[in-house]
Amino acid sequence: MRLNVNGQNYEIDADPQMPLLWVLRDLMNIKGPKFGCGVAACGACTVLMDGLPIRSCSYPVEQASGRITTIEGISDGATLHRVQEAWIEHNVPQCGYCQSGQILAAVALLDEVPQPTDADIDTAMTNLCRCGTYPRIKAAIKAAAGMES
Amino acid sequence: MARNRRSTAGKIVRRTFLGLGAAAIGGVALGVWAVRREVDNPLSADAGEAVFNPYLKIAEDGTITVITPRAEMGQGVHTTLAAMVAEELDVATTDLTLETGPPSAAYYNSAMMAESAFPPHFERGLAAEAQRTLMESMGKVLGLQVTGGSSSIIDGYDKMREAGATARAALVSAAAARWGVGADTLQTAQGRVVHPASDRSFSYGELALDAATVEVDTPRLRARSDWKVLGKSQPRAEIERKVTGAPIFGIDVDLPSMLYGTVAISPRFGAKAISVNMDAARAVRGVQDVVEIDTQTGSGFGIIADNTWAAFEGARALEVEWGPATYPAEDAAIDAALISAIEAEPSHALMDKGDVDAAFTDPQGTVVEAEYAVPYLAHATMEPMNATAQFADNTLTIWTGTQAPGIVQSRCARLAGIDKENVVVNQLFLGGGFGRRGEVDYPLYATALAMHVQGRPIKVTWTREEDMRHDTYRPAALGRFRAVVPANSAATAVEMQIAAPSIIASVVGRTYPDLPMGGPDKSITDGAYNQPVMIDNHRVSGHVADIAIPTGFWRSVGNSYNGFFHEGFMDEMAEASGLDPLAFRLAMMGDDARLAPARLCLEKVAQMSGFAQPRAAGKGIGIAHVLSFGSWVAMAVQVDTTDDIRIENVWIAADPGTVLDPRNFRDQMISGAIFGFGQALGQEITFADGRVQQENFWDYPMLSMGQTPKFEIEILQNADHIGGAGEIGTPPAAPALAGAIFDATGQRLRRMPFTRDVAFRQV
Repeated sequence: MRLNVNGQNYEIDADPQMPLLWVLRDLMNIKGPKFGCGVAACGACTVLMDGLPIRSCSYPVEQASGRITTIEGISDGATLHRVQEAWIEHNVPQCGYCQSGQILAAVALLDEVPQPTDADIDTAMTNLCRCGTYPRIKAAIKAAAGMES
Repeated sequence: MARNRRSTAGKIVRRTFLGLGAAAIGGVALGVWAVRREVDNPLSADAGEAVFNPYLKIAEDGTITVITPRAEMGQGVHTTLAAMVAEELDVATTDLTLETGPPSAAYYNSAMMAESAFPPHFERGLAAEAQRTLMESMGKVLGLQVTGGSSSIIDGYDKMREAGATARAALVSAAAARWGVGADTLQTAQGRVVHPASDRSFSYGELALDAATVEVDTPRLRARSDWKVLGKSQPRAEIERKVTGAPIFGIDVDLPSMLYGTVAISPRFGAKAISVNMDAARAVRGVQDVVEIDTQTGSGFGIIADNTWAAFEGARALEVEWGPATYPAEDAAIDAALISAIEAEPSHALMDKGDVDAAFTDPQGTVVEAEYAVPYLAHATMEPMNATAQFADNTLTIWTGTQAPGIVQSRCARLAGIDKENVVVNQLFLGGGFGRRGEVDYPLYATALAMHVQGRPIKVTWTREEDMRHDTYRPAALGRFRAVVPANSAATAVEMQIAAPSIIASVVGRTYPDLPMGGPDKSITDGAYNQPVMIDNHRVSGHVADIAIPTGFWRSVGNSYNGFFHEGFMDEMAEASGLDPLAFRLAMMGDDARLAPARLCLEKVAQMSGFAQPRAAGKGIGIAHVLSFGSWVAMAVQVDTTDDIRIENVWIAADPGTVLDPRNFRDQMISGAIFGFGQALGQEITFADGRVQQENFWDYPMLSMGQTPKFEIEILQNADHIGGAGEIGTPPAAPALAGAIFDATGQRLRRMPFTRDVAFRQV
């Protein structure tokens, strides 16, 4: 099976039904996407496929035919993505476990809606955070959009 | 049995000392030698490195390593512990390299033990302080290295600053000797010792090896007014790793030749399998083996596989008939056990003064009565339980995120049949803890599987469903309250009866069986008996319910429901008095000067929220104050009820005495409040046939982004003693929300989750 992750092609030997999350984490050692629920309810496993957020814990690898981007793929190592910079500036993470998914969901939102309203953010950002970092996530998204008040 | 009339304070003190006699002393010989002796330093110096104390190493190359021996689970504790050292050492926090260090008795937590003493936080008489000192000593003697009880900053406040200050004094002394000048002619700044008179300086690295052998007295710590680092918000030490998806959590461990596993533990607690068919599980592609697990925390099966998903599929394919429940197996039976407990004689009454019974015999005012209830709750950390273990050459190595590394070490050693000195525990970041990761079940199961794989490491990850159904739950609780309330005045008599299973008995029996504990379980009435109210006739009794479902420490523990009980009933008493909820609360404090922080927090939050202003149609504001973990927190919540209820605004005024990192403190207030709203907005664990019925986030909901209100936080620092931060935002959230809904609609909410009785806006 062929997989394109963060701009590179990989040949994968896996059960076609194995969720993309476990292919990434256990077979490819890409640990940015996290396991939270296994039923697409929390978003900790969010990755982008062709720029759109998908919940990789419930996405069979055989269907993952597009370009996949994980948190490891949104910055070039030297410079962080503007969303990541905003996350640092607003001190967003607490335990940090959900934040890979939150950041990718935010990247996808800003690609789609460069100047999101509160309602846009509430609708798009359905990833769960048990620490309750939501107010800072919202502020960081606005900062990354250049909308800081 | 008739209750005896008893006098007031003297009796409480006598009783609590009796309680402590069992609780604290137990079988441990608490000699002066044990308390005073220096604990062995677990650190050893590498070449070119000097160890100053258990918290600080400085290398010749200038690397300054601070050991932050508490679990980092989102509360920002690594950063603030390091800031304490930085403050006294005259370096920036960003100059420090942080390590968690090995499990060690040197990293005992005495503040958590002090908080477990019974007197209310504001009670500072000799007897109360003696109890706290005794409990602190227990923390040291037992060597409990635990992260919990919102205690890390309180506990580290002197230890970490002294670690920095003594090292700085030693570095100055070493420089003075080299230059042949008096130490009092030297200064320190930015990691260097400076001799201004000759304009010479040494870096700390250049002095480290000399300095480590210098004997110095513990210097005086800096006055708060001189702080350069503390009191100011610091960049979170690990933040870059947390925005780049770095593999820092237990679940991210990756080792050569590592296997993967999961567990299927009996869904009925304490039960074992009656029969099992492993054929289908073993046939799953990638499954290598299915083995039996039998431990002190649970029995069942482990699946050993090539990857996590194969292990999950194997667990799903297992066919097991489990043994029956040996505890109340249905919600109705649990309710009945709570009712039976509350109608029996109390197990303890940590508040008992005046003559409550007489006050109700001939009540001089309105008699108010109410019954409140809360369900079991799961922790539901975002990172499911997991641990990695390797058992090779008679050495067990564990990689996990834990709030109790020393307990993991000793429990896993016992299971593996080796000495704990042969167990290495590698601490990772915790994807949430909230009390759940003080348990040892998940490293025990990893250890059990590691004993089947011939020396290979194995990472054992639970499914979310396994996690939800094998938690150590916040217990269900039932409260029956009554009060005598004259018009326009404080209550003259209050009685609160509270029934719940004992968290302490459950945790100690399961996790710390060597720990000598006994006496009253304070958690049953914590947040109800020790609040800032002064009533002549006042009794708060705890009734231990016999329900052997595992319970544990859940963010704010007893305060998580007693805050709701106490403040919810406070609102009902206020209504009977004719005073508004703010004025009534102030009246209930009398003129006791020790309660000033509570008054100031309440008045501040009332001002912030416009509590005295008329409400717009459909809007309501509720107010609550809970003193927990040494901190005073008032919260006002505004709701809009014109459609389904929406929490719009939250104002918090909190006084923990001293705030070391204001931004992090505010973030913790918000985090705690959202945790508290979560339990009000739909979380409950229910039981059928002895099994937990919920399985995942779809039936155990968390607050979402769209349900999150706007927050405004005010920090006050009027209190005398430094208090906690991590849990204190949780207790007032639900009662302030209930008060807001009552304010808008006139509907009283007496049970959680509130979603049983009202609808909230879904987003």
